[in-house]
Amino acid sequence: MPSARLVVATSLVGLFVLSLGIGVDDLPMGSVLTDAGALQLLLVSRLPRTVAVVLTGAGLAIAGLVLQILVRNRFVEPITTGTGQSAALGVLAVTLLFPTASIAMKTLGASVAALAGTSVFLSIAHRLPPTQPFLIPLFGLVYGGVIGAAVTFIAWQTDLLQYVDIWTNGEFSGVLRGRYELLWILAAMVALAWWVADRLTIASMGREVSVGLGLNYQRIVQLGLVMVAVISSLAVVVVGMIPFVGLVVPNLVSRLMGDNLKSALPWVAVTGAVLLLACDIIGRLIRYPYEIPVGTVLGVVGSGLFLWILFGRTQRA
Amino acid sequence: MIEIKNVSLRLGDTQILQDVSLTMPKGGVTALVGPNGAGKSSLLSLIARLRPLQSGSISVDGLPVDTTPSRQLAKTLAILRQDPAVASRLKVRELVGFGRFPHQRGRIDANDLLLIEAALQQFGLMELADRFLDNLSGGQRQRAMVAMAFCQGTDYMLLDEPLNNLDMLFARQLMRDLRAAADNDRRTVIVVLHDINHAAVYADRIVAMKAGRIVADGAPAEVLQPDVLAQVFGYDMNVIDVGGAPLVLHHR
Repeated sequence: MPSARLVVATSLVGLFVLSLGIGVDDLPMGSVLTDAGALQLLLVSRLPRTVAVVLTGAGLAIAGLVLQILVRNRFVEPITTGTGQSAALGVLAVTLLFPTASIAMKTLGASVAALAGTSVFLSIAHRLPPTQPFLIPLFGLVYGGVIGAAVTFIAWQTDLLQYVDIWTNGEFSGVLRGRYELLWILAAMVALAWWVADRLTIASMGREVSVGLGLNYQRIVQLGLVMVAVISSLAVVVVGMIPFVGLVVPNLVSRLMGDNLKSALPWVAVTGAVLLLACDIIGRLIRYPYEIPVGTVLGVVGSGLFLWILFGRTQRA
Repeated sequence: MIEIKNVSLRLGDTQILQDVSLTMPKGGVTALVGPNGAGKSSLLSLIARLRPLQSGSISVDGLPVDTTPSRQLAKTLAILRQDPAVASRLKVRELVGFGRFPHQRGRIDANDLLLIEAALQQFGLMELADRFLDNLSGGQRQRAMVAMAFCQGTDYMLLDEPLNNLDMLFARQLMRDLRAAADNDRRTVIVVLHDINHAAVYADRIVAMKAGRIVADGAPAEVLQPDVLAQVFGYDMNVIDVGGAPLVLHHR
């Protein structure tokens, strides 16, 4: 589908430029070269925010894709099935035990917790009967809900509810230079996923086909778990939970381009970036000069897209 | 040569295989037959290291299947499981191309492309090559899976009920392809079959299993005897001779 690729690629460039131009202060593009204040605004706020959105969107889409391959179910994504909630539990624990911990330390704690939480989810998901594909996402929602409730309870007991709100409601208004750079690790994760794209495609065909082709299935599952945990934790700690990107984007790209990840995986990342960027821009414009958190916008846009995917699926079959 | 020595397998309370020993020399087509639950598929899974060995030993060309690196085995033997349920949206050509993965680790060269096209041609998939798997019928998908196993280019091919979902034309065609692979390419084919008359015509050797044991082993004319068949399948059936090959009237 070359036309779909063209649309997605031009959207990314267009939305990127648009995102740089939107904010409470006017920032005419021509003034950046002459006006030191405008350049300052661009480099300290607008550019970091836009880059953060792109990195997060790409990362979350890839995390969703990888989790769907590991679980062998297309209706899961890390943010709603326990990975995101486990990450929040991890940050909460680090915040309680080491109140002075840096953001990198918090991310590390979140990653460890997310890895454990996702491993438990995966091992239970593999025990559910494969004849009931909707049990897995349902179980995931309940599982994520239970961990999320534990987070809320602990935070309530320790007067940290406001912090928890920061991690659970994803939004980018606080992103400034110096506060988002950890997100570049997401770019490394996306690159890593692309590097092992063939292995992921084979893993998506199941354990037996993988072993038959000489793939170390166990190792690719472990690598995938690490990727999902690290991406989700970074997103939770730096910008907060953002639902639906990891669910909708891999399904959308699969519909248009198939599951051969060597060619499709970059488009999963780019489409994730486009979707999140578009939603962030909508959130900034809808009641300008105030903002609606991007997580809220995605709740609406994402569920609409998801319904469309489900509906289109039945129509095709 | 495939050497199976004293292999037993127990899953929960069920004894699946009981002290199975079997030697299959290189070359030729061997058919595994037997009633449901005889342990044929489990034996195939053990040979193809899809299941860990519990006791006994299995080696393929001298390579012990439990300790040889999986990738090295993937260049020696290919396995097609019954009902692989591949849900990925891959095009037929892409799927067949993954058969080259053990050799190339994803870098497809000109020789691989030739092998892929040859496999597509052989299994009548040229017109379907650019279709997605989820838009194919069960039989077409089955052919694509067999083509992928062929494309792996291994000396040994293990196929678990490959005739599932195939119509008569393609079932016959697949058996002829397996025969040709053994005769022309010197491949060793081990195939689980339920249609015993395909085994009668296309196999060099039939191994009959029942309740986790091997109960008969030999050329088709030796195994396809009324008394042996009654022992394996549990009911009497007539066997007639058609053009020098036994024909089992199992359906009457």
